[in-house]
Amino acid sequence: MFVRTALLVLRKDVAIEVKSREILYTTLLFAVSCVLVFAIAFVKEGEPLVDAAAGILWIAIEFAGTLALGRTFERERYSETLRALLLAPASRAAIYVGKMLGIVLLLAVAEALLVPLVAVLFHAPLFAQAALLAALLAAGTIGFAAVGTLFAAMLVRARTRDVMLPILLYPMTVPIMIGGVRGTTALLQSPADLPMAVMWIGLLGAIDIVFITLALWTFEPVMTE
Amino acid sequence: MRKLFGPLVVVAAVMFAYAPVMIAQAPFESTMGLVQKIFYFHAPSGMIMLLSAFVCGVASAIYLWRRNPAADHIAMAAAELTALFGLIVIVTGPLWARKAWGIWWDWDPRLTMSFVGWLISVSYLFVRKYGGPGSDKLGAALAVFGAANVPFVYVSVNVWRTLHPKTSVVPKLPPLLRGPFWFSFFAILVLYLLLLAARVHLERQRATLDELYLAEEES
Repeated sequence: MFVRTALLVLRKDVAIEVKSREILYTTLLFAVSCVLVFAIAFVKEGEPLVDAAAGILWIAIEFAGTLALGRTFERERYSETLRALLLAPASRAAIYVGKMLGIVLLLAVAEALLVPLVAVLFHAPLFAQAALLAALLAAGTIGFAAVGTLFAAMLVRARTRDVMLPILLYPMTVPIMIGGVRGTTALLQSPADLPMAVMWIGLLGAIDIVFITLALWTFEPVMTE
Repeated sequence: MRKLFGPLVVVAAVMFAYAPVMIAQAPFESTMGLVQKIFYFHAPSGMIMLLSAFVCGVASAIYLWRRNPAADHIAMAAAELTALFGLIVIVTGPLWARKAWGIWWDWDPRLTMSFVGWLISVSYLFVRKYGGPGSDKLGAALAVFGAANVPFVYVSVNVWRTLHPKTSVVPKLPPLLRGPFWFSFFAILVLYLLLLAARVHLERQRATLDELYLAEEES
């Protein structure tokens, strides 16, 4: 029942997105613009600075993710559908998981575009350790989406939600960003520092577990009314 | 607490008046000299900041699951004091670091932790002020997440930094410096408890006032 509800919420979000493609396209274009802006700062005489690629990749993901989170819940607010969703005789936790999966899916698409883009533009051998990079991206994205979905949902009623979301989200995701950037940097070294990357994947996995557990607990008391 | 408030104010005042004397009489630390004296102020503030963040996290968790308004008042007061003592820590820290390390700021685990913790406490206050309806629960969730985040920030910053090792000065207190240090700590602790009690009282009265306004509008 839980899984079915979560998948239903996810299917609803995907169906809306497939029709309008608004959030997907704006998020992708925003991520690409981020990369362009960073290129201006971190490329010197045609050569990117050492370790710049990992940072650019993760910051682009974080910025684009924040934008996508805001837009997803803005849509629910506009059509007053969040209330309907919460009134539905379904477990709140399942609704949260469905929403979170939607964000993870969206960010996965964005990453599928960002990774090759950063690899090409910043001469970074990102595909040398494709499996480990995928694991790192998955663990980081899930952690980010876990906190982000909860905070974005809580902020739906706040007037200042546009600016409050990044203010709350960035300090909270500091360990995720450090793990992602450092883990990617370890993979980009030659030779790649595999134990270090695996250590970061493990840490990100632990963060995911704690954050998702806490979010499942807090979503219920926070979203009442 | 109300009965103790007056006497404690006197105790705090006396302690704060005597602390400079004790600090001045303490011997100079051999390598750092005079700048080390800021420690009597800086380190206790840091410890109080941690304590206050802990109080805020626990009170928020209680509020979130038990709906106890008193816990919310304590969380609010503790968050404000975390931001206040955090500000003291990150202002006095660089003042000392400039003399001792030659740089204003170093991304050392403890520095980064204080910075992140301070940012989270300030964002809590922002949520409470500009969060709109339901901001009390939003803030409580934020505080719970912030508390859960502490070990992860610590581990990640630690590993990140040890990739680029740098010598850091770890102060080990000689016995003669220990007395003034703990004296300062307890002076600041008493001050913290007083501020917390006063702020909780204020928050409670604000809540009562809100209720009275609502009752007045309804009647």
